[in-house]
Amino acid sequence: MGPLVPDVIGNELNFVVALFVGIAFGYILEQAGFSTSKKLVGLFYGYDFTVLRVFFTAGITAMIGLVIFAFLGLIDLNLIYVNPTFLYSALVGGFIMGLGFVIGGFCPGTSFCAAAIGKIDAIYFIGGSVIGVLLFGELYPMLYGLYTAENWGLVTVYDLLGTSHAVVAFSFAIMAAGAFWFTRWVELRVNNGATSKEHPLKLYYAVVSILFVMGLSAFLMPSKQNAVLDKANNPEEINSVRLNYITSDELAFRLMDNDNNLQIIDFRPIKEFSEMSLPRSIPMKFKELFGKDALKTIAVKKKLTVFVAADEKDEKKASVIASELGFENVRVLQGGMAAFKSQILNYQAPPEMKTQQEKDTARFRAKASIEVAELIKNNKKAPIEKKKSKRIIGGC
Amino acid sequence: MNETKYMNPYLAGFLLGLLLLATIFITGRGLGASGAVKSGVVAAVETVAPSHASEAKFYKEYLSEHDNNPLKNWLVFEVIGVLIGAFISGLVSNRLNWTLEKSPKVTSKVRIVTAIIGGLLFGFGAQLGRGCTSGAALSGMAVLSFGGIITMFAIFGGAYMFAYFFRKLWI
Repeated sequence: MGPLVPDVIGNELNFVVALFVGIAFGYILEQAGFSTSKKLVGLFYGYDFTVLRVFFTAGITAMIGLVIFAFLGLIDLNLIYVNPTFLYSALVGGFIMGLGFVIGGFCPGTSFCAAAIGKIDAIYFIGGSVIGVLLFGELYPMLYGLYTAENWGLVTVYDLLGTSHAVVAFSFAIMAAGAFWFTRWVELRVNNGATSKEHPLKLYYAVVSILFVMGLSAFLMPSKQNAVLDKANNPEEINSVRLNYITSDELAFRLMDNDNNLQIIDFRPIKEFSEMSLPRSIPMKFKELFGKDALKTIAVKKKLTVFVAADEKDEKKASVIASELGFENVRVLQGGMAAFKSQILNYQAPPEMKTQQEKDTARFRAKASIEVAELIKNNKKAPIEKKKSKRIIGGC
Repeated sequence: MNETKYMNPYLAGFLLGLLLLATIFITGRGLGASGAVKSGVVAAVETVAPSHASEAKFYKEYLSEHDNNPLKNWLVFEVIGVLIGAFISGLVSNRLNWTLEKSPKVTSKVRIVTAIIGGLLFGFGAQLGRGCTSGAALSGMAVLSFGGIITMFAIFGGAYMFAYFFRKLWI
């Protein structure tokens, strides 16, 4: 599951990736004609909309690609970099950049590209941008208020509108198609019909149609995550899921034995978890089972993973999701936390015990109720830090 | 104009989009450019005026985020790649030559001064806006970041707003 950094590709190797990404980036930009300021500013005067075509096609391709990747469960969107939203600095900074664009004729990426093929104006532009950054650095304390005002956090458009990722991506695709049509019309007017013959390629139409169909299916069908969640809420599925139980007694024994291979995943609400949690347990929400962290935690071969929830119903729900995601070696606590509490933590020996087995059980549970309570108490003093992948920091 | 030499813009955009998608899938982050300038500036200030770099907030923050090694930054490597890639492309398409590109209506001096001023504004704006056309607008658009898309509209909107006043530089 993506992103591959830092688990599959280490942070050092990532720099090599950066170099190759850059080579491809520079090559494509130059081939597209982004190494000439005349072409770049063309869209602001209506004579050449190449920049708009390349830019929006690229943005939409990546955007829809991410919808498809997320739909197929190939990428954990919670881990990728989302540019933070600081409303005022984004607007003011953007306007200043726009002004710089029409005066200088480049943006930073394209200026590097143009400088690489010998454009002297681009080298001056880069020199200017160095001064600009330096100026910002020196004025930073003064600008700090504006820079950090209206912090909305890592908010996406679909979060903000409360709609789905796919719907927003498709709206943008339609907007872009409209912009392509309109700018073609403008370009023909401005150049009196003598404009370049830059029609979309047939290949492009074919690829776009395929992507469109794939994207549309992502839009119409529930994503893998939603399909699995629906299944987990279906009583028939819940009742037919194959469970591998662990009894309260075995769990207590393993806890007392300090079993290093034991890991407990607790699906109770976080409030209940923080009030009382077993040693070796981490809290998790059902949705988090789809993330990369769950994959890293549960799909470890030698570990014995135990699902715990308030009652068996929630444990079954989690088990449906886990089995759909292909997690094996998962056991569920028989009777849920309720049973563990009555059989171990708050154990009251029955007044009458007949068989030897009953007496042994009673003795074990009496001992366990004290020792496990002690373990819980000590655990609270030193909580296990939750292994959580950090969101990748990117941006400029 | 000899535009047939350039790649079809839709094809170039599609390839660029695939590259961006692959970059996000592999590294979890998008493309960028202005961040490399920032790394360079911080590294230069640290070398020339180390005491200033360790005192002023802007440099101090950046240095602490980068283990005191400002050039060990993903974007620095990426931009080195951009230079190599663009050079290869120029070589393949026979576009390598030293030129000062400008409208015939302006002098070289005017073009140089406007390039510097434009760069200054872009560099400054990209710091304030937390990214440039690549890092904020394009990559932000791909992940549908609200901030990135606002910056994108501000860049293009701003450029259209101001374009009229600088038309003599270009047409």
